[in-house]
Amino acid sequence: MTFKQMFTSSVGKKLVMGFTGIFLILFLIVHAGLNATIFANDGGLMFNKAGHFMGSNAVPRILEIGLFLGIFLHIYQGYLLTLENKSKRAVGYAVSYDKGSKWYSRSMAILGTLILLFLIAHIYHFWTPSRLGGMAGIKALVEVEHNGVRLHNLYAEMDLVFTNPYIVVLYVLACGSLGYHLAHGFQSAFKTIGVHNKKYHAMLTSLGYGFAIFIPMLFAIMPISFYFDWIK
Amino acid sequence: MSHTTMNLNLKVWRQKNTKTAGAFEMYRVENISDEMSFLEMMDILNEQLITTGGEPVAFDHDCREGICGMCSMYINGKPHGPWQANTTCQLHMRAFKDNDTIVIEPWRANAFPVIKDLTVDRSAFDRIIQAGGYVSVNTGNAVDGNSLPIEKSKADEAFAAAMCIGCGACVAACKNSSAMLFLSAKVSHLALLPQGGPERKTRVTNMVAQLDKEGFGACTNTGACEAACPKEISIANIARLNKEYIVAGLTSE
Repeated sequence: MTFKQMFTSSVGKKLVMGFTGIFLILFLIVHAGLNATIFANDGGLMFNKAGHFMGSNAVPRILEIGLFLGIFLHIYQGYLLTLENKSKRAVGYAVSYDKGSKWYSRSMAILGTLILLFLIAHIYHFWTPSRLGGMAGIKALVEVEHNGVRLHNLYAEMDLVFTNPYIVVLYVLACGSLGYHLAHGFQSAFKTIGVHNKKYHAMLTSLGYGFAIFIPMLFAIMPISFYFDWIK
Repeated sequence: MSHTTMNLNLKVWRQKNTKTAGAFEMYRVENISDEMSFLEMMDILNEQLITTGGEPVAFDHDCREGICGMCSMYINGKPHGPWQANTTCQLHMRAFKDNDTIVIEPWRANAFPVIKDLTVDRSAFDRIIQAGGYVSVNTGNAVDGNSLPIEKSKADEAFAAAMCIGCGACVAACKNSSAMLFLSAKVSHLALLPQGGPERKTRVTNMVAQLDKEGFGACTNTGACEAACPKEISIANIARLNKEYIVAGLTSE
């Protein structure tokens, strides 16, 4: 078996989904952890320093390329698989079989699309002004000075963006989609990469549900906290 | 237990052959005993059709005791009907009530083309087995059964996978028309035993390649296959298949 065969067969395409999925799960931990610095209640200083490091240091910038590649592969392969799988049944059933599986397990493409739509808005809100601000008419972020270093005031930007209740609702709904996407995706990814031992399977299933609840809730509480001024 | 009879409306998929498009037809059957099997009820429908000069409904069946894997009806939105761990032939009419309308469809998947009415061509499964679902190394004469030490739990797990009768309910149940539960059962029952060892890499490689050629979809672990399987083949076998495939892919020449 060549590597090309290995990653382009029906099992192989799923391997790509599984591996990129686990990579994105790891990214979510980093993202949630960094964002949690807004709860330091120091006027956003720690958060802005973290943001400055992520934007100015070579290591996260190189890793960022990997992240975009991972996201792209996951989305591209996901749509390809969905279309291919759909095409395997030209004549459908009159009565569909939906008792044997969870609705969110069957709706990964729709949930993924909702997350993608959110992602576009999210990148527009924060990533573009921070990385490309000032270029080609893109709004530049306000800066703050700390120990002689000029930092983008991303904290103030979050505070500003989340004064709009529609955006807050959008972010919270996106977190819901992410939660259901993870509820299936987390445990499914590990099955796909071949984890079949009963003890690991039981562990990863519970861990997956825990992760699917905890991480999206942590993300959702951020815009809510800004909107209701729970953090200073 | 009291014996009852019922009258039923049947909405049955009729299709002349692979090339022509099919459609549902409504039929009425009366005085059906609740002790009858589903296929006996279909026999009555066919007798009725023959006596009135109609064309009987074609459907697959053979042993009628739940072990051959020939019966293949998709009844009221579930392969093999409403009962768990059950084949169509072992489904009994007590599962239904008087005046119920029962929708009967064939397995739907491009890899299982309809031959006629409710009969589909499942030879794709045979070709997948031919691609590697056996032990071809020379094993000599039959040896004493106890000369190959196998753990009881492993033997049980291999047997549970070998329970697969290849009926195709997993494909019919899957939103992706994926045959991964079938394939994983066939790969697992050999992967768990020492006899399957020598050819484990070529087996999984060739069987997956054949599966893709036949036009089945990819697995998304929804679990519908496991829920519909008349032999309760565990979806954990699919994860084992994936492991076998990764090991073969990474370590083959």
